[in-house]
Formats: sequence, structure tokens, C-alpha cells
Amino acid sequence: MNLDAIVENFPRYLTGALTTAELLLISLLIGLLIAVPLGVLRTLPIKWLSRTVWVYTYVFRGTPMLVQLFLIYYGLGQFEWMQQSALWPLFSSAWFCACLTFVLNTGAYTTEIVAGAIRALPHGEIEAAKSLGMSRWVMLRRIVLPHALRRALPAYSNEAIFMLHGTALASVVTIMDVTGIARDINATYYIPFEAFITAALFYFAMTLVLVGLFHQAEKRWLKPLMPR
Amino acid sequence: MQRRQLIARAALAACALLATAGAASAQAPDWKKIRIGVEGAYPPFSEVGADGKLKGFEIDLAYALCAEMKAECTLVQQDFDGLIPALQARKVDAIIASVSITDERKKVIAFSNPYYNTPARFTAKADAKFDFSPAGLKGKKIGVQRATIHEKFAAETFKQSEIVRYATQDQAFLDLKSGRVDLTLADLVAADVGFLKTPAGKGFAFVGPSYSDVKYFGVGSGVGMRKADEKTLGKKFNDAIAAVKANGTFKKLNDKYFEYDISAK
Amino acid sequence: MILHGYLPSLLEGAVLTLGVALSSMALAMVLGLLGAMAKLSKFRVAKGIATVYTTLIRGVPDLVLMLLIFFGGQVAVNAIALQMGHEEYIDVNPFVAGVVTIAFIFGAYLTEAFRGAFLAVPPGQREAGLAFGMSPAQVAWRITFPQMFRHALPGLSNNWLVLIKSTAIVSVIGLHDLMTRGSQAAGNTREPFVFYLAVALIYLIFTSVSELVFDQLQKRLSVGVRRHSL
Repeated sequence: MNLDAIVENFPRYLTGALTTAELLLISLLIGLLIAVPLGVLRTLPIKWLSRTVWVYTYVFRGTPMLVQLFLIYYGLGQFEWMQQSALWPLFSSAWFCACLTFVLNTGAYTTEIVAGAIRALPHGEIEAAKSLGMSRWVMLRRIVLPHALRRALPAYSNEAIFMLHGTALASVVTIMDVTGIARDINATYYIPFEAFITAALFYFAMTLVLVGLFHQAEKRWLKPLMPR
Repeated sequence: MQRRQLIARAALAACALLATAGAASAQAPDWKKIRIGVEGAYPPFSEVGADGKLKGFEIDLAYALCAEMKAECTLVQQDFDGLIPALQARKVDAIIASVSITDERKKVIAFSNPYYNTPARFTAKADAKFDFSPAGLKGKKIGVQRATIHEKFAAETFKQSEIVRYATQDQAFLDLKSGRVDLTLADLVAADVGFLKTPAGKGFAFVGPSYSDVKYFGVGSGVGMRKADEKTLGKKFNDAIAAVKANGTFKKLNDKYFEYDISAK
Repeated sequence: MILHGYLPSLLEGAVLTLGVALSSMALAMVLGLLGAMAKLSKFRVAKGIATVYTTLIRGVPDLVLMLLIFFGGQVAVNAIALQMGHEEYIDVNPFVAGVVTIAFIFGAYLTEAFRGAFLAVPPGQREAGLAFGMSPAQVAWRITFPQMFRHALPGLSNNWLVLIKSTAIVSVIGLHDLMTRGSQAAGNTREPFVFYLAVALIYLIFTSVSELVFDQLQKRLSVGVRRHSL
């Protein structure tokens, strides 16, 4: 067990962990921001709106994130018009491409989670709100969303953990996150076991932190739904 | 009691299966069957054609060497940074994948005599002007393939530049073309035949000096193998390399792929 | 031709991907059932091992696990073999390595899916079976398992969809699946967009067909179960 190389490179692992955390935070925050309105649209009785959102979630949940990443990073980058366009400064950055892929991906899954939570609401609540004369917008703001988002918490916590694991793919497009650092160390010192176990330990620690955070969130917001 | 017997029998069966699996694929120490690791993503040395088959200079050379050694060879394709670990894990017995012989690598594996030697050069847009000192390339993005001598050289020499690492050299060329990196440091021949001479390489050219510092770039590419096998397999490969050079097979393959002589002196 | 003649290669890769996915799923289901039974059993050791298994696997990314099991595992297998006096190397076939890795990973997720499914079967069913004089094995086989399976279906279908997409990562350990073939074609022709789009479409077909099949299965297994309407 050659642990010297690992100890020597520990600071690099820490920088990698920071990169991973940044990627995760950006993806989850922006993903959630787009998913809530899209989730609502998905459940509206307006067929064409619901269908359009469905196409988005269908495509992004039906294909591997690795393929999506390659399509956005290498695929789009191959076109001359893209390289000349005003968007190029954004798309030429591996960071932007990775974040875009992650946001679109987690956005799709979270949209379905939110939509599912809204559909799972007791019919009586919606009826009561309508009979009180609430407009759709007021009903959404005061009844549907608060309740649905709480119900969505356990499923969303799973999605957040999947996303943490997903950030490991950033290493495939040159980003030096935890996995990227581990692969580099493996390539330099030929110590796969040590390099990847250290990476696994980092992810494990981060998963525990995430799980802990969601546990706290559930304790705060899901109390009414828990059995006494 | 029945359940325990069942479990015991299942365990025994599993062990037997494992043992036979091991025995069935036992490697004869006289090297009649050799598994050779290749990359398959480094034209023109080794690539995968549209038909899914491996082709390239090193592929042909591997088969030629095996013919000389009168051994049955199986080529196993593996990502470049996984070749040496695969060798250590005994997944393959030898590596023929443009692996340069360097002191760093000699600490972990053994090599045959070199079979080819070419320097490294930067590739960039034809009209780009660079100052090739470490300070001159400050802030520039240099694309390299992970786990190569080019990566090590670039990372240690051009400390003020941003080194971007790719799994394959092809990906580095893709990003060079799209402008994500300013230069890429790679083997002269791989860059020439694999990129510059292809339609994708229009508008790009070699820039800067030729690098062949032995400390980083070694004395050429050799066949990699486990240290324990150096005396036996290593000798066989060395004899075979000398033989193909002597009987003109090497020259034939060289001329088939390259305009210049790439053999190691 | 848009695909430059690489279509046969892509289709070959697709078949391999399907093969890996189906084999892994079958193995993962076995592991999942064993894990769920261990977690629900009275034996603390079994429970402990199963808990460690599911916690570790679900706490680490697929990519890292695959790299670890592939690179590290091979070194380990052969080191152990050498220790035991087995001089020759144990040849781990890449297909087997890929299948075992994926099955190992998803066995952990399926353990949780099956555990939830077992818990969803009303305990009264088992009691009634025992009251009728059936042996515990008969109760398990005739009463619990069939009902459990229906509850497990959503979890199974979700994990199957995730598994199929995870096989894309297997390209990292050198299995010539659909993703590897696509990458090779993209690298050789310098047209990544076309090929990754083709790869994405093939995966989309796989997932769509899978969803249809699972929908049918759900309908068949839910015959006689009353559904509530909103």
C-alpha cells in the first residue's frame, strides 16, 4: 500500500472535493429553480404545455448523462458556427458544459418528482381551495406548492445523491474534480487501489453530509406527515 | 439441516468453478500464448476501423513479432491510462501502445529494446505565434493525453500554463480544432498522420521546437511487460524485434504507414 | 452515409450493451433478494453485512466504483491468487468484469427496493398462511413472493432504467459497448455530434421499449387490485 503518494497529494484531493461541491451546488440550485415551474406546467390540464415539458423530461431521463455530456461538450463544439458565435466563450469552457448538462439532467428528474408530488396531493385539498374561490395562481402559491414540495423531499434527497455521484462524470471532460484527481494520480503513480479508494472515501463523506442535511430538512418540514 | 447442506454444496461448486476458470486460462510460461494490450485510439499506430477491427502500425507490428516468436497472440484493447495497471493485474502480458521507455516507468515495469523513436512537438493554429519558454506560454492552454510523457513534460516544464488532460489524443485534437486549447503537445508522427494530414487538420501546423530530452521522452517506445517476465518474454521480444528489422518486415511496415524512418537507432 | 459506415459497429455495441444490462440485472436481482432477506432477517450478522453493503455502494459514484473494482479488483484477485499459491493468473474476462461490477452496484439498490416491497405485503398474509399449516418455505414461495413482486415493480423498473444508462460508463473500463463504439467513431471521423446523437437515440429506444414492457407487466400483475382515482 503506497500511501505516501496519497498523503503527498491530499491537498489536491481537497481542491477536487471543492470542485465537486461547487458543481453539485450549482446544478441542484439551478435545476430546482427550473424544475418547480416546469413541474407545475407538467400537471396543468393544458395538453400542449404538459406535452412539451414531457418531451424534455423524456429525452433527458431516457438517455445516459455521459452521452448528454459528450453531445454538449464535443458534439456542439465541433461546429464552425458554434465556434464563431457569441455563445462560444461559454461553450468553450468545460465547466459551463458540465454544469449545463447537469442542470438539464437534474432539472428533468426533479420536474417529474415535483409533478408526481403535485399529482399525489389529496383531491379534497384542491376541491376545497377551488370552492373557496382561489384562483389557480393563489392555489398554487398557498396550497399546492408548499404541500407538494414537502412530499417531494424524500424523493428529491435521492435525486440529490444521484447528482452527487453524477458529478464524477465531469472528470471525463477534463474537469479536475475528485474523480479527475484520482485518475491523474492513478496515471502518474500506477496505484489504482489507493487512488480510487481515497476518492470513494471522499464521496462517501460528502454523501453522509448530504443525507444528514436532508434528514434535518425532513425533520423540519415533514413533521405533519410523519406517523405519531 | 437440508438448508446447510445446500449452502455447503453451492459453496463447493462455486470454488470448483473458480478453480477450473483459473486453470482453463492458465498461462503457459513458455509464452506460446501472449495477451497484448493495445490502445486502439492513436492513429496511425493503433485505431479501430469502421468494421470494428483494430488496425495500424503497431497492430501490424504486434502480429509480425508474434509470427517471429511463433506465438499465438490476442490483442486486448484498453484505455491508455489503464494499460500499465492491466499489465500489473495480469490482464495482459505485454503492452504495445507507443509506451515510451522512461526511468519513471522502468520503476514499475520492464521494457524490451525500443522499436521506434520519434520526438514530440506542439501543434497549434498555423498562424499562431508563441514564445516557447515557460514564461512565454503563461496562461496558455496546453492539451495533453493523460498518463503520457507529454503530459509529464508539459506539467513540469510549463508550470504557468494551464494543462488540460484528455483520455485520448483524439479528444485533445478535437478541442484544439474547436479552440478550447491553444496548443497540444504530442508525438510528432501521431500528430502528423493522425491530425495534420487529415481534413480536420487544415489550418493547423507544427509550432515550436522538437523535444526529445531523454529524461522525459526516453529512448523510444518499447514493448512493456512485467518485471518478472523480463528475462523470458523480454528476450523473446528483443530477438523478434531484431529479426523483423533484419529481414525487412519492419521497413515494409514503416513505409506502409510513414514517409520517414521511425525506427529506434 | 451520415454514419460513415459505422452503423454495423454501433449496432454490435448496442447488442453488447443489452447483453451486459440483462445479465447484470438478473445477477443484481439475485443479490437484491439475498440482501433484502438478510436485512429483514433476525440474524444480526446478516443484517450488518447487508447494511454495510447497501450504505457503501450507494455512497460512492458508479464511475469511481467501476474504476475501483476494475483496476483495484484485478490486482486484488491476482494478489490473493498468488498468496494461495496459484502461480498462473486468473483471466477475468472483461464482459464478466463489467457484468459483475454493475450487478454488485445495483444489487445494493435493489436490496432497498425489495426490502420496501417485502414490507408492503400485509403481515396478515403470512400469518394466515402459517395458520393454514403451510411451512415457512411454502408461505414464502406461494404467498409472500408473488405479492412482493408486484410491489417491487416500480422500484425494479426505475433501477432497470438507471442500470441501462449506467452501462454507458462501462466504456471507461474498456468494454466495447455502444458508448465505446460511438466514441471511437467520433474520434476517427472527428464528427462527435452525429455519433453521440445516434448513440443517444439508440438508448432512447431501449428506455422507451423498457417502459412499455414494464407498463404491461404492471397491468398484468395488478389484475384484481383496486386502484383509487383522484
